[in-house]
Amino acid sequence: MSDLTLTVMRLGFLAVLWLFVIVAVQVIRSDLFTTKGATRSSGQRGASAAPAASGAGRAPQGQPGATAQQQSRQRRGQPTHLVVTQGSLAGTTVALHGQTVTLGRAHDSTIVLDDDYASSRHARIYPDQAGQWTVEDLGSTNGTYLDRQRLTTPTPLQIGVPIRIGRTVIELRK
Amino acid sequence: MSTFDVSSGRTPTTGRRRAVGRSSAGDAPNRRNTELLMLGFAVLVPILAYANVGLAMDGSLPAGMLSYGLGLGALALVAHLAVRRFAPYADPLLLPLATLLNGLGLVMIWRLDKAGKLLIKNFPAAANQLMWSGIGLAVFIGVVWLLKDHRILQRYTYISMVVALVLLAAPAFFPSRKEDFGAKIWIRIGSFSVQPGEFAKIILTVFFAGFLMVKKDALALASRKFMGLYLPRGRDLGPIVVVWLLSILILVFETDLGSSFLFFGLFVVMLYVATERTSWIVFGLVMSLGGAAVVASTESHVKTRINAWLDPMAAFAPKPPPQSSEQIGQTLMSLGSGGTVGTGLGQGRSWLIQFAAKSDFILGSFGEELGLTGLMALFMVYGLVVQRGLRTALAARDPFGKLLAVGLSSAFALQVFVVAGGVTGLIPLTGMTMPFLAQGGSSVVANWALIAILLKISDTARRPAVEPAAAIPEPAGPERYGPGSGAPDQSRGASS
Repeated sequence: MSDLTLTVMRLGFLAVLWLFVIVAVQVIRSDLFTTKGATRSSGQRGASAAPAASGAGRAPQGQPGATAQQQSRQRRGQPTHLVVTQGSLAGTTVALHGQTVTLGRAHDSTIVLDDDYASSRHARIYPDQAGQWTVEDLGSTNGTYLDRQRLTTPTPLQIGVPIRIGRTVIELRK
Repeated sequence: MSTFDVSSGRTPTTGRRRAVGRSSAGDAPNRRNTELLMLGFAVLVPILAYANVGLAMDGSLPAGMLSYGLGLGALALVAHLAVRRFAPYADPLLLPLATLLNGLGLVMIWRLDKAGKLLIKNFPAAANQLMWSGIGLAVFIGVVWLLKDHRILQRYTYISMVVALVLLAAPAFFPSRKEDFGAKIWIRIGSFSVQPGEFAKIILTVFFAGFLMVKKDALALASRKFMGLYLPRGRDLGPIVVVWLLSILILVFETDLGSSFLFFGLFVVMLYVATERTSWIVFGLVMSLGGAAVVASTESHVKTRINAWLDPMAAFAPKPPPQSSEQIGQTLMSLGSGGTVGTGLGQGRSWLIQFAAKSDFILGSFGEELGLTGLMALFMVYGLVVQRGLRTALAARDPFGKLLAVGLSSAFALQVFVVAGGVTGLIPLTGMTMPFLAQGGSSVVANWALIAILLKISDTARRPAVEPAAAIPEPAGPERYGPGSGAPDQSRGASS
């Protein structure tokens, strides 16, 4: 074997190895941009994609980006997320941008509860005039519990206090 | 979301994109043809390497090229058909990436076999390794076929804990032999030896995933904040202390730095992912550093490793200090002589790594013959495997699947880090194997099983729902998603 052939093979092999890596990355890229929608729509429909979709359709969503960020920077220590900690949606997170979050089995709710003990319009969580997040039961059959207390009036929410709706537990997080 | 976590935060943008994607959800592509194409490529690269070695060493194409190539191709094809049949929506890249690594490892082992007597204690190992790869692929197919749903594994949370503990503890009770070079990580029955730690890695991940899924709320929420750190309650601290003690015990009784680091690191990573609490990482680092420092100052085997890491060239001094080892020095020299583009396959002098050139130090052999360029490509391939695993975790809908996928891919990543870091002198050397590349039956079989479980999780995660997307019929809801429908803690919330 001549040296030239060996050198060509040596560099050629490295080129092929890197070509493999690049093709693999291309596969990932196409995976991201072509099937993402399909995967999401199948994957998250019942869970958190639905709130995002309905949230996007909701009226005051036009200017969320800049203002919401400003707000959150101004008010440090304010909750920024609503997290489902128990129930079939456990792990779902909804970012709070100052809009009302509705909870219930109705599929236009922000968080669609997949829960036999939930009513279709069960409760809502919204910021009151002072900007304090408040939870209100919307006349549900089985009630909404803040920690152990059944709600009767709109009640201010504290960070980390669990809201129980049927099998689902939700709480505010920073 | 600022952290990588188990939750699945959505912004309005993804919501809108989703709405677009919904229309095409009916014909969600399953990417199997892409996988086949990539698999063909992944078989071709090792065949090319094989030809390259033959031409460089003998001046002719190796005689076994056709049969080895066809053998690897046939194995890969069978695995692909199994995936097509039993996990049609699985990730398209995991199988080709693993095949490429396994094939390249086989070529390098065969090439070192050909170095013959130049390598001390050189037993031909390529045929043996090919057999183990075949067994590994059979296990892969078996897992893909028999594991109908990864959530079944959740039922065996505590059984897997016991099994993993037994597997981890077993080698300490088997007589060690002189050839084991200090670490007691093998079980020997006659001439047959198994490294149970490799399998314990997977089984322990199953346990961690099942355990943390149930306990994550207690660990994440029931804590006090102190100096910016969340201090968990004493009783929640229990499990982490037990795992820490276990890893220290491994270190002391089996003198195996690598497994110890792997298991503890795996637990800390999964704790962090499950609870999103940075304080766990701080605790983990402090505890592992503390433990390692104490053990390193008492165990002579570990001390030797640390000395060799601090001064790899000390062993070549005219009067080498008593506790020194020349292995790292030799490997660094082979990496150095490889340079940027390497000496070319079959043209290096990897046999100068006297010890374990095919197993622990195979990365040194690759670094010499493929150079930095080739080594980086290999690391990229490992990185892509880990990336696909983490991507699977993000896409998984059930918390157990998320944690299991994160755990398996971080176990894989930690193992690559421990070996590559050890060989390149970044961290003290440990006796672990490079997944898929290095010689060693247990390692190959266990890693194929790991890839198979990841594939099954990604199949479940990427599978489109059966129902059309338009409406959400309420009664169908629970069965269709049932994320964590077998979760034991679900009934707690039903206080209404």
